[in-house]
Amino acid sequence: MQISDDMIKYVAELAKLELSDENKEQAKKDMSDMLEYVNTLNELDTSEIEPMSHCFPVSNVLRDDVVTNGNDRDNMLLNAPEKSEDSYIVPKTF
Amino acid sequence: MYSSKEIRNLTAVELGKKIADKEITSVQATKAYLEQIENTEKDINAYITVMAEKALERAEFIDKKIAEGENWSNLMGVPMAIKDVLCMKDTLTSCGSKILGNFYPTYTSTAVENLLNAGVVVLGKTNMDEFAMGSTTESSYFGATKNPWDLNRVPGGSSGGSAAAVAANSCAAALGTDTGGSIRQPASFCGITGIKPTYGRVSRYGQIAYGSSLDQIGPMAKDITDCAAILEIISGHDCKDSTSADRNDTDFTSALENNVKGMKIGVPKDYFLDGIDEDVKTNVLAAAEKFRELGAEVEYFDLGMVKYAIPAYYIIACAEASSNLERFDGVKYGYRTPKFTDLNDMYKKTRSKGFGDEVKRRIMLGSFVLSSGYFDAYYVKALRVKALIKQAFDKAFEKYDIILSPVAPTTALKIGESLSDPIKMYLGDVYTVSINLTGIPAVSLPCGYDKDGLPVGLQLMAQTFNEKAAIKAAYSFEQSFKDNLRHSPMYE
Repeated sequence: MQISDDMIKYVAELAKLELSDENKEQAKKDMSDMLEYVNTLNELDTSEIEPMSHCFPVSNVLRDDVVTNGNDRDNMLLNAPEKSEDSYIVPKTF
Repeated sequence: MYSSKEIRNLTAVELGKKIADKEITSVQATKAYLEQIENTEKDINAYITVMAEKALERAEFIDKKIAEGENWSNLMGVPMAIKDVLCMKDTLTSCGSKILGNFYPTYTSTAVENLLNAGVVVLGKTNMDEFAMGSTTESSYFGATKNPWDLNRVPGGSSGGSAAAVAANSCAAALGTDTGGSIRQPASFCGITGIKPTYGRVSRYGQIAYGSSLDQIGPMAKDITDCAAILEIISGHDCKDSTSADRNDTDFTSALENNVKGMKIGVPKDYFLDGIDEDVKTNVLAAAEKFRELGAEVEYFDLGMVKYAIPAYYIIACAEASSNLERFDGVKYGYRTPKFTDLNDMYKKTRSKGFGDEVKRRIMLGSFVLSSGYFDAYYVKALRVKALIKQAFDKAFEKYDIILSPVAPTTALKIGESLSDPIKMYLGDVYTVSINLTGIPAVSLPCGYDKDGLPVGLQLMAQTFNEKAAIKAAYSFEQSFKDNLRHSPMYE
């Protein structure tokens, strides 16, 4: 499958990645090589097969709605790239 | 009085016994391994972080507890290394990435917590492919790890740091993680033993996620006895991981039995056709014959679906990775680019500079296969193929207790050999990825050496939650292989 410029731009936007022109050409090549390779799956007729998202049957695991962890705000904020006293600082969102 | 070298020549379980019997102190053991880290690190770069001071403090504390008569486990006081994908409170946990190069978690992963509760001493955090994406440990932001058997070769990956540390004897044992072979393949390349447990056996709480439906934590050690002892400690139900299994069959050391009489072993013929090194083939088939000599019933059969495992795996793993790695956005922790115009620009620049090439490649592919218009054709298709692969294994396990195979088609590759061609590197995962897709357990252990003297790994797969069968088979083989077992030149 050929990957167009528009397509790679769209996927990069979904992935929240910025690609330089050089990176873009490499990404186009990598992705089309990989898609060509994984297309071998189309040799298999899977029309009667249910997709399997989990290898064992799992159902919802519920618990009582009780808080068990404490407030760790100050420690968590130590990892913040930028913070004010008690909150994260991010660029303007509007 | 034991010398440092004598201490390091013990397995983890032997060392734990001598510490419990007060023949060796945990401080002596910790010093012996820190000394070996000092001797080997400049050559192999197995560790991202060495915690010398903290480890010695901890060992002193453990020795005090032992003097007071406490006995927390058979590994109390034993120094171990932890793959840098597992969070440890107030300890750099980088996942081999620039984007987490300054991340100090506020909590400890359950697997490590379980080890700490058992009295284990942590020596440091080991190197890995960035975000566990790779088979060579070359993609780490902190530089490649070298193979202690030959410094021009890779240790395998992604748990290459843990494997190299065990092989160079710079830890008594280690934890790794396995999403598509990341415990088993480096164990094979470094001539050590590792277990990828059944999915859900070990809590993933505090493991930085790559492919959540595939990831599993497991032991990497000097022998199967050590692996079983470690697995016994780290496994168990955890309410912080809703996929963790609530079972009471975790007494893995009870399976350390030298007896394969009547055990049914299947060897997939279709694993020995193309692209496998002659020396790997010879050694693995010789191991199968050894099992026959030991009294097992060995049969060759067609497993099927072999060529579809890697494509299905990479679609699923990359899809999950693209979703899991969305959290790295420069807001709450980790690297943030210094220059940006607005929020979206900050996200994009942070991620583009914070992630390495292989990680970006997988995020891109994952974003594509999940995008509207392609979701059914790629992602859902892969999930259907996964169901077919599961069927093939279920069918095999109706006949066999164990499926025996190589771990990888080659022995350790030269450094740089895989970097230019990603798909070629992915093909090296042909024997390992199906185990993650189907959730079953598998052991990787040394079974021979190639013409260059590099270790060849043997993979023993068992049915879901039947680690004990694989452990028993591994233990029996290991006993028969004792006289042939070699250590890396850096081990002593």
